[in-house]
Amino acid sequence: MAEVTEEKVKVKEPKEPLFSKKNRKLLVDPLADNNPITIQVLGICSALAITAQLKPSIVMAISVIFVLGVGNVVISLMRNIIPSKIRIIVQLVVVAALVIIVDQVLKAFAYTLSKELSVFIGLIITNCIIMGRFEAFALGNGPWKSFLDGIGNAAGYGVLLIIVAFFRELFGSGTLFGAKVLGDPIEKTGLYAIGYENNGFMVLAPMALITVGIIIWIQRSRNKALIEDH
Amino acid sequence: MGLKDKLHKLKLKYKGKKMAPAFNAIHTFLYLPNETTHSGAHVRGADDLKRTMNTVIMALLPCLIFGMFNAGYQYHLASGTIEAVSNGFFSSEFWSLDNFMIGFWEIIPLVVVSYGVGLAVEFVFAVIKGHEVEEGYLVTGMLVPLIVPVDTPLWMLAVAVIFGVVIGKEVFGGTGMNILNPALTIRAFLFFSYPGWMSGDKVWVHSAVEKSGVDALSGETVLGFLANSKPFDYSVSDMFFGFIPGSVGETSAFLILLGGLFLIFTKIGSWRIMLSAVLGALVMGLIFNGVVNAGWVTDSSKFYALMSLEFWKHLIVGGIAFGIVYMATDPVTASQTNKGKWIYGFLIGFISILIRVFNPAYPEGVFLAILLMNVFAPTIDHYVVQGNVKKRMKRLKLKTA
Repeated sequence: MAEVTEEKVKVKEPKEPLFSKKNRKLLVDPLADNNPITIQVLGICSALAITAQLKPSIVMAISVIFVLGVGNVVISLMRNIIPSKIRIIVQLVVVAALVIIVDQVLKAFAYTLSKELSVFIGLIITNCIIMGRFEAFALGNGPWKSFLDGIGNAAGYGVLLIIVAFFRELFGSGTLFGAKVLGDPIEKTGLYAIGYENNGFMVLAPMALITVGIIIWIQRSRNKALIEDH
Repeated sequence: MGLKDKLHKLKLKYKGKKMAPAFNAIHTFLYLPNETTHSGAHVRGADDLKRTMNTVIMALLPCLIFGMFNAGYQYHLASGTIEAVSNGFFSSEFWSLDNFMIGFWEIIPLVVVSYGVGLAVEFVFAVIKGHEVEEGYLVTGMLVPLIVPVDTPLWMLAVAVIFGVVIGKEVFGGTGMNILNPALTIRAFLFFSYPGWMSGDKVWVHSAVEKSGVDALSGETVLGFLANSKPFDYSVSDMFFGFIPGSVGETSAFLILLGGLFLIFTKIGSWRIMLSAVLGALVMGLIFNGVVNAGWVTDSSKFYALMSLEFWKHLIVGGIAFGIVYMATDPVTASQTNKGKWIYGFLIGFISILIRVFNPAYPEGVFLAILLMNVFAPTIDHYVVQGNVKKRMKRLKLKTA
């Protein structure tokens, strides 16, 4: 009898609203104060590789949002039936399947972009953020929460990608989305007429690292709570 | 009431406020401060940071003045209005007022921008962080104009100085904390950002970039000629005395040698680093010469010209002498232990020549070599210290056993 009543109490527990404060936190936190790139320092490799221009970064951000959002839900649904010894393999299979979908869609509808991103779409599989969220969150939480967490973290990653790409494309190539916002370097119009030149260093990978570093620096000097003690 | 008193009053007024470091800096820069230490015994050392920096600047001044003459000389020589130098270091073709004035008006703006922008960044950071303005930039500001081509656009220099001082120094905590030499960080930033202005056969002679077509000027550096396996007609004495195109202050191996001796004599620069770096460069040069002599590389190879250059000539062309004397010896970024200094210096010389020969895109490898070794200097020190600790532990064990 006692067991039955207990179960009944559980069922009667008021359901958490879809966007409760806790759930909203899951979605919003990774955008700033728990950003996967600047705070957890994950996913740096792709942040260096594809942020020379805005367009590929945005495609990359959308792809990761899709993969991580869906992947988190799938893993969360299966979390009780995955034997813990082979969970990494299961996770890899799930990511790989999703990445192949993204890759095929890109090849079908945006061939030039897919060429531009080349191997880096495939390399989403190894993006540490994805495995990190599977392990740290989806394996222990329900599908809705996992979905929010996945979208939030991937969006946090995407936002940073876009910020870095904005500066790199603007100063490195003098364009935004391929539009020559600073003038034409060959015909010497706009800023180039008065002697401005594109900064070649911005296009190289080290500058992406330095840009991320500067963002980390600014973020931590604005919010001292983020500074780690040693 | 003089300026000094006014500054002193301002200092008292702003004491403990945000702008205090800025006033303090101006005051100590211009005058001897009014404050004295009130308690405790203290040793008076004459060689404080300011003195050290001033000594290095004194050692750099001959290079700067020579650079001004050389800028005008290269310009006139390339436009064909004067003859090449004929009788040694004191040739009248070189030391003419006409040459000097051209160089002066080209190079003074570089110096002004370098100091102006760099010190502005230092002031801003001192105010933000609430510490005193440090003297660290005095030498960097003088080094920067000396290691860039004479026609570097001023806004590029300004951008690079901001980058170099912020990323090379301030993020690590300011003077004394930096792992990279700020002047070389600035040089590297310029080199990778605006390669068209930092290499090639146009940038080394004043106004060669603007002029093209019939009255085109060109002045390839010796290394540039060698990297492209082209013949050149500079004699050894031209190269030694510095009558060759190149960055503003780096061409005269003779004056750099004098500056180096001055630094060693005043015990500001480490003779260990200088000597071992020269040795490293000579060893690498000898290895390349040996390879050529053994017939492993023929003159069809694109490396042949640089590899077959007599090993000692590597020291008098390009910026390696300047780098070894004024950059590698930077006490903050170099190794601190004596044994470490030998290793650090040797590798700088060795790697400089290696990059110079094997990477035609970077005819000047010395700044990359020094930056690389800057990064490794703490590691070298760590192992030197650990080695010493181990040795002593062993001795201790032998005694107690």
